[in-house]
Amino acid sequence: MDTITKMVVINSAKVLPSDVVIKLYESNADVMIKETCFGVMVSGERAIVDALLGSIRKMDPYGIFIKERGFSPGEPYRCRATRRGGARPGFHALETENKILPHIASALRALDKGEIPVQKPHKRKLDVEKLKEIIKESEVTQ
Amino acid sequence: MKVFIYPTNSLILSDLVERFGHEPLAVMQEVGKKVRTQSLDSPPMNITPEDPKLGLKYAAVEVPSGVRGRMSLFDPLISNAEAAIIVRDPVVSFGCMGCARTNELVNFLIRAKKIPLLELDYPATEDEAKEFVYKISQFLKNLTAEGKK
Repeated sequence: MDTITKMVVINSAKVLPSDVVIKLYESNADVMIKETCFGVMVSGERAIVDALLGSIRKMDPYGIFIKERGFSPGEPYRCRATRRGGARPGFHALETENKILPHIASALRALDKGEIPVQKPHKRKLDVEKLKEIIKESEVTQ
Repeated sequence: MKVFIYPTNSLILSDLVERFGHEPLAVMQEVGKKVRTQSLDSPPMNITPEDPKLGLKYAAVEVPSGVRGRMSLFDPLISNAEAAIIVRDPVVSFGCMGCARTNELVNFLIRAKKIPLLELDYPATEDEAKEFVYKISQFLKNLTAEGKK
């Protein structure tokens, strides 16, 4: 049996973590659920969790993001309750990416509409030969 | 296909790779395997003195044990990677996964492996995000096409 934990990060205007939790309880699946400020954590057998979260994602495909988590919910070495508060390890990484999630959501929406974005030319570093030319020119003017 | 992602704990990359039908290779899986073993000898991450020894595969004995210990976690990810998506200079690599030397070594090993590789920057605006997601989707679609061949 392969037990895993997955984090469901919700950045949606129409779905709340509590809605997802109710939906998870309705499924009556053999999983452990924890509602958090950013979303939900679900722990259980891989096949069950994957199938369950596949259906949860359909609630808002552009507002629900899922990743695996090493530690199970409420792990005493990670949980703030047993670490005298403060940010949980991994919180800052999540916070950084959480800020971009609305942009990613609109990008996914645009992708589904078939929109092809204008690709910006990548900034290239200055060529050595070009730099040599610039140096030579400046020497002449001096 | 198994796609290595960097930052190795990225929510966005992990989600996008899974969304487009591939398997993300993220460090959380390896941490999970470590902490779910029967005996937790060295909490919280259960990195035991054995792990820096496993890291000797990638780094010499003079290299700090922190690098070698981390490399023992990254080893299964690097060796199983069939493709990779790398975000250049991510801000999060300054935090919990902020061992600069390990990150450099991981990036080097992935590039040296000569597998299909996509390098990007984290988006800051909506237009950049559209380009970011589009490039990833195209890259992963091409991988699917290559896999079928």
